[in-house]
Amino acid sequence: MISLFFANSVPSLVHLSTIDLVIIVFYFALVLTIGFYLKEQANTGEDFFMAGREMTAWVAGLAFLSANLGSLELMGWAGNAYKYGILAAHWYWVGAIPAMLFLALVMMPFYYICKTHSVPGYLKLRFGPAAQALSSISFALMTVLMSGINMYAMAVVMRVVLGWDIHFSIWVSSLTVAVYVALGGLRSAIFNEVLQFFLIWAGALLIPILGLMETGGWSGLKQRILQNLTELHVANPGAYTHAWSTLGNFSDNPMGINWVGIVFGLGAVISMGYWTTDFLVVQRVLSAKDLRAAKMAPIIGAAFKMMVPFIVILPGLLGLALLRDPHSGALMRLVPGDLAWSPEGQAQGLHSFDEVLPLMLARYCGPGLLGLGITALIAGFMSGMAGNVSAFATVWTYDIYGEMINKNATDQAKVRMGRWCTIVGMVISILTAYLAMQAHSIMDYVQALFSFFIAPLFATVILGMLWKRATAPAGFWGLFAGTLASIGMYAWVKVNPLAVKYVALSPQAQDQAQNMFRALWSCLLCAFVTIVVSLATKPKPDAELNGLVYGATEIPKETYVSTLHRPWFWALIVGIAFVIVNIIFW
Amino acid sequence: MRSGGGISIWFFIGISLLVNGVLILGSGIYEAIHPPQQPVVLFHLHASIWWGALLTAIGAIYCVKFSPSASKQG
Repeated sequence: MISLFFANSVPSLVHLSTIDLVIIVFYFALVLTIGFYLKEQANTGEDFFMAGREMTAWVAGLAFLSANLGSLELMGWAGNAYKYGILAAHWYWVGAIPAMLFLALVMMPFYYICKTHSVPGYLKLRFGPAAQALSSISFALMTVLMSGINMYAMAVVMRVVLGWDIHFSIWVSSLTVAVYVALGGLRSAIFNEVLQFFLIWAGALLIPILGLMETGGWSGLKQRILQNLTELHVANPGAYTHAWSTLGNFSDNPMGINWVGIVFGLGAVISMGYWTTDFLVVQRVLSAKDLRAAKMAPIIGAAFKMMVPFIVILPGLLGLALLRDPHSGALMRLVPGDLAWSPEGQAQGLHSFDEVLPLMLARYCGPGLLGLGITALIAGFMSGMAGNVSAFATVWTYDIYGEMINKNATDQAKVRMGRWCTIVGMVISILTAYLAMQAHSIMDYVQALFSFFIAPLFATVILGMLWKRATAPAGFWGLFAGTLASIGMYAWVKVNPLAVKYVALSPQAQDQAQNMFRALWSCLLCAFVTIVVSLATKPKPDAELNGLVYGATEIPKETYVSTLHRPWFWALIVGIAFVIVNIIFW
Repeated sequence: MRSGGGISIWFFIGISLLVNGVLILGSGIYEAIHPPQQPVVLFHLHASIWWGALLTAIGAIYCVKFSPSASKQG
């Protein structure tokens, strides 16, 4: 009976048994049960949008990480590991850990003490309504559009991997998320994100364990990759298993990037921008019960983030080492999605980079385990989508509706608006998914649009938090100029592809490398404009900056707390582990 | 983390791991008795059995430790 829901005529990569379907259906039933159970506890604005600000460090920290662990993240980065080798792990290490620790120790006190509901809300307090309006409108718009694009991409993958109907995947998953977030608000989203975090690990952890047993450990894996890539005449095959040693020159690694792009573009700008100012993740930390929990949450998230390459990057590398055509026995070579999913690609039996994780799942997982692995992918997708809609609902209700449409809205009116926003946000996402189905190129544009706002926003927020002299007009004009510059560089390369050698400093720069450098320049320009305009305009008095800026805010001291309970101690432990991991895989 | 004095999030996680663990363990035992015609790679390691057993054990511990009745008594 259950199988009827999934019946289709599309050939699929894996075939689910009844026990697999039972596991998947049980997952959907459980998340909906949690949503209905928590409905009664989402009556006030603080409950619905901030989960009552009573989450422990562990719950906030795991939700903080889980909201980022979308299934496209899982499958996409496993695919990138297959494509670029271990360089992809930088997005989990230098591209996340320093930023998460920085958020915990430096920025969280200001976000938490000012009791803002959102990042645009902080900008209003610090720079005034113009910066808030620019930030909130761009964030709200981009969040729902991105959610729709991810929804479509996920549905395509589900069709290829499981043979599921694309409309079925879109509607069932999005309606489930809409129901549990609309009922229980952020608390429900967070509870389900923590559940999804456990399922993702339970479903995906077996692949690297069995993979390493098959290859004979890390050294055996490296040897097989070297052997296979040499057989395929791939340039610099050794670069696929070294994270830093091939970053001296653009041409020495498969990504076409150098260490400047990774350290400054990714580590100092893109990752700082994403992990410290993207409200989708910051909202989870704002729900913490006190300042210490709010500081510990990103540190706990960082510790687990550092381990995520084990379930994401390693399967990609295992794919390079182990995947062979089941009929001919020849090495399997995965290709870009556009080629693999075209009629010609399907006729030739090609597989895309993004299919490496499901391919590895199918390799090792029999009935039951396969269902859990697929549930992990679905859970990842739903946690990402729940993050998008709950952040959208908060920013819309507080920063757009409450500031620009109905300034006198009561708390109850805001909760009602939040519930409706969740539904409306989901409907816009679904429409965007269908738009992407009709015009595939829109996906590239929306993904690029989202990246335009993150890097300059980081410069605006960090200058606002650490520099008392930054003024309100400077906050707005810096953000505006940085965003405009990012759009301009993107358009320049689109119109004239040769411009990539100026924007990304190398004609060989691939998409990821271009993103790094575009982010770096737009952030620097935003900072420059903010500083220049600040020096030319009148600053706010210190009294108005209390709780918002370093030097004008008294941070509560953690007296009578043992070393083992202090955030800086655990940040130090995570920092040391981060250095060791990078040295091991140098 | 309790939801307003009610059921802990960790209890829900325990339920999820327990149910999934039992289903996977049962499936693994069935496959060990009736091996499939096209087994997965490393089938002889019977990953379903030990992974299912591990999930069952963790799930059971969470269910007991964070059960709503235990918290009321506490």
